[in-house]
Amino acid sequence: MGRYVALDGNSATAEAMRQINPDVVAAYPITPQTSIVQTFSEFVADGLVDTEFITVESEHSAMSACIGASAAGGRVMTATSSAGLAFMWEVVYVAASTRLPIVMPVVNRALSAPINIHCDHSDSMGARDAGWIQLFSENAQEAYDNTIQAVQIAEREEVRLPVMVMSDGFITSHAVERVEIEEDEAVKRFIGPFRPTYPLLDIDNPVTYGPLDFYDFYMEHKRQQAEAIERAKEAVIEVGEEFGKTFGRPYGLLEGYKLDDAEVAVVVLSSTAGTARGVVDDLRGRGIKAGLLKPRCFRPFPSQEIVASLRDKAVVGVMDRSDSFGALGGPLFMEICAAFQAHGVRTKVVDYIFGLGGRDTTPDQIESVFRDLLQIAETGEIERLVNWLGVREGKQEVVTAA
Amino acid sequence: MVDLEAGWREIPEGGLIVEAGNAVEYITGGWRAQCPVLDLEKCTHCLFCWIHCPDCSILVEETKMKGFDLDHCKGCGICAQACPVEAITMVTE
Ligand code: SF4
Ligand code: SF4
Repeated sequence: MGRYVALDGNSATAEAMRQINPDVVAAYPITPQTSIVQTFSEFVADGLVDTEFITVESEHSAMSACIGASAAGGRVMTATSSAGLAFMWEVVYVAASTRLPIVMPVVNRALSAPINIHCDHSDSMGARDAGWIQLFSENAQEAYDNTIQAVQIAEREEVRLPVMVMSDGFITSHAVERVEIEEDEAVKRFIGPFRPTYPLLDIDNPVTYGPLDFYDFYMEHKRQQAEAIERAKEAVIEVGEEFGKTFGRPYGLLEGYKLDDAEVAVVVLSSTAGTARGVVDDLRGRGIKAGLLKPRCFRPFPSQEIVASLRDKAVVGVMDRSDSFGALGGPLFMEICAAFQAHGVRTKVVDYIFGLGGRDTTPDQIESVFRDLLQIAETGEIERLVNWLGVREGKQEVVTAA
Repeated sequence: MVDLEAGWREIPEGGLIVEAGNAVEYITGGWRAQCPVLDLEKCTHCLFCWIHCPDCSILVEETKMKGFDLDHCKGCGICAQACPVEAITMVTE
């Protein structure tokens, strides 16, 4: 049996790390992630884990040390946020391409400039093509559960890819919630022992990591990577089911709320899904068939599953907590548009950029999204494909060219 | 031996080389535009060239400089630069 404790998201994540007891953690502090590795470093100092904790001078070095330790044959973790992830950039790709099952909590924070320490998803969305599996958590419980599952998913023989576990900066990372922490032994049994493939420290079977790879083999290695992240989808499902059987909280690729008979639906990641759930209940109480879809896994992107759960809706509103400047819209919006197009779905989709740099997203704002969707459903007209939610438009009259 | 026709399912993942010491099978000699030529009369067998060659292409037997492994020598000319008695000259192939 687990025990219920009052913890913020970062402390819950640090608890998961303590139970995972990785061989190596190399990390550099950055707000709002800092308290994860700070708490974990206390566990190291108190002898509660066997981890070799490497304090490095930057995130580039943190990920580099993780890559070395993982290739050497260890179970390895780090954690970061925002500029820290951006600074890792080069080696974030190396970790995935070298097929190293590193697990990294990413506490989402806006990217500079202007400098801002609060939540949005531009950091992890920027890394969406790096080859990592990406799981988004709604609250502290999910941050804890996802961190544990990430170890299993990453280390699966058919996957062997690193995993990022996202949670919303401050909203989830620093707010105290009721979290069920499982027994140490049960978590240990769930993740199982680490079985490295081709560890560098196996000196009887020497191997080379990171050799030059030209036009004659590079493309085959990329093809393998594409296959591995595709296979990760099944692994995410299986591990989520197994977690449910073991601990009573099952997980999948996505989670629908009052979605089956919904006419209009909002799609949103992480903590805002919690707010949206309340709005859905409220609208349902007033006879409006509103629904919610919260994708948990963004990479690999569950296109078929998303299409299946949204194809019969009249209008879908996607909420993006980051923009992809100069693109058609935000990253989640574009993925969903592409999935609809590829599967011949004609459902109308509109995008809402929201919550950048920690801007509060209120139930009223989410309700206004649903109202827009209902209006589109009624008129069949989309006034604006990409909308900015909760931004001050100012008092000046806007003159639009005819 | 590396199979250059191997498909993506047939090669080690992550770009790893899981067979130790197979660099010898990679014939880098084909990159060469200039070839080192040894003048044995001048050579003092100091083995500076052996120390400096980045491709282990200086052939040595019983501490004596014997010539070049032209399967792997890429013609960089470092040995010719390193030789204190100018016993190595680079000639265009
Ligand atoms: S030319 Fe370069 S590669 Fe060839 S033997 Fe001399 S040092 Fe070695
Ligand atoms: S460096 Fe010159 S002298 Fe010395 S062994 Fe090589 S060729 Fe001979």
